[in-house]
Formats: sequence, structure tokens, C-alpha cells
Amino acid sequence: MSPEQAQTIFEDTRQRFAGAADDTRLLQYLVDIQHRYHFIPPPAIEALQQILHLTRAQIESVIDFYSFLHSDQAIRYRILFSNNITDRWAGSAAMMQRLTVALHGCEDAGIALTACSGLCDQGPSMLINGRAIGRLTPSRIDDIAALILSGVELEDWPESLFMIDNVIQRSDRQLALSCQPAAALRRAIELGPDLILQTLNESGLRGRGGAGFATATKWSLCRQASADQRFIVCNADEGEPGTFKDRLLLAQYADSVIEGMTIAALTVSARRGFIYLRGEYRFLLEPLQADLQRRREQGLLGSAILGQAGFDFDIEIHLGAGAYICGEESALIESLEGKRGIPRIRPPFPVTHGYLGQPTIVNNVETLFSVERILQKGAKWFSEIGTEQSRSSRLISISGDCEEPGVYEYPFGVSLRQIVQDCGGSDAQAVQMAGAAGTTVLARDFDRCLSFEDLATGGSFMVIGKQRSLLDMLQNFAWFFRHESCGFCTPCRIGNHLLPELLQRFAEAQATGHDLRQLKDIAETMHRSSFCGLGSSAPTALSDALEQSPEIFTAGMASSSDNPAFDLSAATREYRTITETESW
Amino acid sequence: MASFSIDQQPIEFEPGQTILQAAMAAGVYIPHLCFHPQFSAHGSCRVCMVRIDGRTASACTAPAAAGLEVENLSDDLQALRRDILQMLFVEGNHLCPSCEQSGACHLQSVAEFCELLMADLPFQYPRRMVDASHPDWVLDFTRCIHCELCVKASREVDGKSVFSLTGRGFDTRLVINAPDGLLVNSEFASTDRAASVCPVGVFLPKHQGFKTPIGQRKYDRHSIEQITEE
Repeated sequence: MSPEQAQTIFEDTRQRFAGAADDTRLLQYLVDIQHRYHFIPPPAIEALQQILHLTRAQIESVIDFYSFLHSDQAIRYRILFSNNITDRWAGSAAMMQRLTVALHGCEDAGIALTACSGLCDQGPSMLINGRAIGRLTPSRIDDIAALILSGVELEDWPESLFMIDNVIQRSDRQLALSCQPAAALRRAIELGPDLILQTLNESGLRGRGGAGFATATKWSLCRQASADQRFIVCNADEGEPGTFKDRLLLAQYADSVIEGMTIAALTVSARRGFIYLRGEYRFLLEPLQADLQRRREQGLLGSAILGQAGFDFDIEIHLGAGAYICGEESALIESLEGKRGIPRIRPPFPVTHGYLGQPTIVNNVETLFSVERILQKGAKWFSEIGTEQSRSSRLISISGDCEEPGVYEYPFGVSLRQIVQDCGGSDAQAVQMAGAAGTTVLARDFDRCLSFEDLATGGSFMVIGKQRSLLDMLQNFAWFFRHESCGFCTPCRIGNHLLPELLQRFAEAQATGHDLRQLKDIAETMHRSSFCGLGSSAPTALSDALEQSPEIFTAGMASSSDNPAFDLSAATREYRTITETESW
Repeated sequence: MASFSIDQQPIEFEPGQTILQAAMAAGVYIPHLCFHPQFSAHGSCRVCMVRIDGRTASACTAPAAAGLEVENLSDDLQALRRDILQMLFVEGNHLCPSCEQSGACHLQSVAEFCELLMADLPFQYPRRMVDASHPDWVLDFTRCIHCELCVKASREVDGKSVFSLTGRGFDTRLVINAPDGLLVNSEFASTDRAASVCPVGVFLPKHQGFKTPIGQRKYDRHSIEQITEE
């Protein structure tokens, strides 16, 4: 980079961000710079240091935390293949291999793996400079390679490559109901905060993110907390591997979600809200911004909403940048404040000490969608289906070995057998619930049901066919958590780093009794002592397998004793192949 | 004054104290590494895991409350601590016999207290550049346990922000805020609190290697639970 180029970047960065410089927007500035220059150039960092009064190390530590930000060098086409297990089952490795071969020697392109990109119903998929491409086939890969090799700007690529399908396979009462902008909001204004909370309480709505905390209680706590200001955050960092139902809601029911946030704002007197949109869903940014703008023009956002003096609320969208941990609500708030997404000490909880230390409601996309449904149709309408502790219905994202992947809405209490049958997963040996951190349910237990009482999920439902190796799946999950651990606490940082190598020993049939004991110990330590839910739930599928499917481990053991197993012939096989040495 | 119990022993506490703070004020030792009384709780090392009314939690982040029954030195908690400490030992290059900090190292002395005799997990042997740029200090980053005490000390006591953690996951590492990342070109001064607060052996003063003879080092005569933290 010449001194003139550096000066230009420095000035350009200063000009664009100096106006209303705000260090809580650091991550947003970095996302913008990455997009503009294909990396974060040093002069841009210097400009940010100057306008935000941050140290170089502080800015670089944020860049280093997020997978989609790079400070090394400009790469014109950064390609990330989604490495979710469903993408792998759909043949992502062969697609990646094909593109790597086609682009051999091309200095404009970089190829790597990323965590689940949320297109599991249309995998294998990839991100190129943050834009999603699904349904990869050899011919689409060849098209992509040709576009890159001839240097076509990404903006000029055929739109057909970027088409994303949002398939609803089964609707129940919530998806079947159309969104009538303002209907629920008008009702909410009529009711007022106390009766809104009462309605939500009667509806039995529990958070759809996974933990299932009662929404009315969360909102009440936020409302009661003394504060100068309160915030509403929509957690659209849908990162649980295998889930994509929030993608559908944000694409087709955005009005409901935004209206749910507006109702929350009315209830707790919040004036600002955020949608924290995962970087993988960048393609939803412009449509969502258009939705927000339309609602401002309709008087449904902004000052004096629907003519109500004092009802002022607006929403901004923050983009994530490739960090699964930011789905954890306190890490999400750190990220919203422009920092590394490290979870906070709890208590205090975000509901009293959240964004900028103020009371903050963080709700999942689907929860906010349901709020709008409830205010439109009433608590009774919502709660009359479902089970005792899990009222109504919820959305699940079905992918993997089934004929009809997509989004399904089911009343709580439905059996896994029913779901597997409906989606055409007749050959399933098991179902992975709630993503990589969730539980593995073997076919013999398909009478268990979807509910907070029995099997909860954040939305992910991956069908595992009989032909699949559970050990291979565990290795994939171990890769995921090694990639996504934030590194803050000892057990998660180190445990997740150690597990892939240990599992590899089983995959190579070189493991011993000692390795098996270490697997169990590490899983137990992570489960018991991790700082947040990511670390404590990371070994769930491993623990399930150790308990339910011990045979997949014994099959990978060369010796059940503690003595290290060493097979000289096997250990030198690769060397002998390469060097064409017949015998050893 | 309200109280709770640790291993059946009553502990009085002030409102707002954590279990670890109350225990330290009462002279009851709960093994820990990333907590230092001068700074806010961090919660990263997980060594202070205790059982509170049956639930396992870190004593440094759990608020004290009247009537809680806290288990501290039971066998299974000490075993859990050994598993956590082992992870720290294999993550970095903790070669006690040749380390200048030996005998004055929290990690070593907490491990001794918890009766960790050897690490059974695979050693990772990280490779990180030593920073010997400063005339009076050398930094060995391969020993860092990411407690951020130096980060906080530099920011809150020294008023400088010389240190930050960067990276993610296992790649998390300590970096220095200087144009070239070297200590000598940062605002660091030898008298900084950041240099003396490290619980392991990242910060080593030059010109005085192995000055304290074996037998007179910090933890040679008293084990860690008998020494008040400075």
C-alpha cells in the first residue's frame, strides 16, 4: 500500500465515521470497512483510534474476535463453506474440493470453513464476502469459479446464484395468521402495559430461544427495574447449527417481529431497540431496513407512534460478524456495545443491567413474533393448544436426512415419531435436537415429545439417517465448538480444544481406555464448571453418545487398557504411500 | 450480621459481597486464580467452583446470601479443581523446575493445595514470541492463563491500558498496546501494578534471575491458603 493510498483510506474512514462517532458502533464500522476494502487496512484502524479514542490493541482485539473480520490482507473473494453436519451430508466437502481445484493459483480468492450458515434446508451452502449461496452443485461451483477467474465484481453476479428459498412445510395457527400491520399494536395501546403483561402471562408464552423463560416475567422485571432508559433487543443471531426458522420469520413475517418489539417498548417504556442480525443473514439487512422505514412512514415507529404522545420508539439493526457466542444474551449485548462477544457475569441479568448497564429485554425473533400473534388474537387463542408447561405451537427447522426439509410449525407435545414421519425421514436412526449443543435422541426414543418438559429446542431438528456415522457427527460438533468457544473460561477454551484430537483417535481406531476416560472427564469438567451455557452444553451430544451408543467408541479402540496403542504399520501408512515404500 | 456456611463453618458477610469475598474476609481459603481482592471479579479460571445449596457455581461471582450452605473442600470439588488446573497446565508451557516464578507462582501453589501431582492431558506446547524488548522486563506469553489481572491493573490502577486480550477460543492471547506490539514501545513502566499482579510467570524482571534461593520463596514455608494476597 502506497503512502497516498494509506492517506486516502485514513481520510475516507475519518470522514465517514467522525460525524457522530460512537464507540458502541465500533463493530458496525469494522463490518463496513471490511466490506469496502475486503479487509481492515491499518490506516482505517488508525483513523478509528483517533475518532473513537480507543487504543490500537482494543480495536485489533475486536477484529480478531470475529470470524468475518480480517486485518491480514485484502482478499477480493473470501469464500466460506458452511461446515454444518447437514451441509457435509449434502456433499459440501466435494464442492469445496472442486472449487479449490478450480481456483488453484488464484490469488484473489481465499477458501475456508465456517460454522452453520443457516441454509441447512438448501445445503451445501457457502458465503462469499458475506453473501449466502445455497444449493451448491458441481455446475454452480463451476459458474462461481468462472466468475471469480474472470474478475467479475460480486455485485454483478447473476441474482439467481443468491436466491434463498423460505419453505414452510407445515403451518399451524401462528404461521397461518397473516400479519395486519398495527392491529396488534392498536390492541396493545388499548390495553396498556399492565393488561399487556396480563395477556402475555395468560398466554403462557415462554422464550423460544431455548431456555424457555416466561416472557411476561422477563418484561415485568425489566419494567420494574429503576433506570433512566430501557432497551429492547431482538436476538436474530440464529446460530444454533441446523436452525433457520428465524430466517423465514425475518424474511416473511418481519412486520410481526418488529411489531412485537414495539409492543415490548410500549410495555416497558423503551425508546430504542436493536435487531442483532447475524452476519450470515446480511442478505436480510436491506429488506429489513426497508420494512423499518416503511413503518416509520406509517407512523408505527418513531415519535408519537399511532398518534400517542410520548410513545416514541425506533429500531436500528446491528450486524454480527461470525461469532456463535453472540447468541448468548449477555455476549450479544457486549457485541451490541461494539466489543468482543464475551459473556458477562450473571447476576446481574440483562433484564436489570443490560445494554449500557440499563434494563434490557433480549427476546428471540420467534418470541417477538408470537407476542404480535397473541396481541392480535388473544391469550386464549394462543394457549388452547400445546401442553401444560408449553403452551401453543412453535417453529422448528428440519434438515438432514429427510425428504421435505424446511420450517414446520407444530403444537407442543407432538412426538418425534410424528415429526420424523411428516418430514419423510423414515430411515432415521436418530434426531439431533437443538443443534450441536443439544441432545441426540435415538429412534427407540421417538415417542418422546417436543416441549419444555421433555425435549426443548432452539429450533433445530436434524434428522440422522441410518447410513450416517454418529462418531463423524460428534467430530463435526467438536470442530464447531473449537471454532466457536469465545476462549474466556478455562474448561470451554481448553476442553473444546482437546476434544477433536481425542475423537480423531477413535476415528482412526487408535484409542485406548485412557482416551475414553479422558473424553468422559473433559466432558464432565466442561459441563460442570463452564462460565456460560456454550461451554456447559458443548459436550451434550458426546455425553449422550457415551451413554447411549458406547459401541461407537469401543469400535474405535485399539486397546481397552491404559497402555498407548501404537500400530507402526498404520502410523507409517501415509508415509509409505507417498514415498511408494512397499514394506517397512 | 447475616451469615452463611462454608463446609459447616459460619461465615459473616456484608451485603453485596460474593461468597469468595466473604470467605477471604473471614480467613477461609477457597482456591482461586483469576480473582484478586483489589479488582472486580472475573470468573474465567473456574478454580473457585463450590457447591451452593447443591448447585455448582464459582464462588467469585456468586453473591453471598443468608443461610446458604456452601461446600468448598469436599473430595469431588477438589477433583473438579484438579481437572480444571490440569487444563491450564497443558494449555501453556508451565515447566516449573526451570521457571523463575517457581515457588512464588499461584498456579503452582494452588495445584499443590489441590494435590495435583501431574497433568494427564496432552500438552499443547504453544509457540509464542517472548517479548524481551524492554530493558528491565521480559514477557513469556506461553504461561498466560488469561485472567486479565494485568489488563485491569494497567487500566484501573496505572491508568494506561497497556494490555489487552485478543483472538478467540484457544487462540486467545495477551497483546501489548504499542504501534509494533512491543513492551518497550508501550507506556509500560517498571513500577506498574500490571507487572506485579500476574499470578503466573508471564512478567519476569531482568537482571535478577533466580534471586530468591529455594527455601525462601513465597510459598516455600507457607502454603497458599496461609498467605494474604498482596
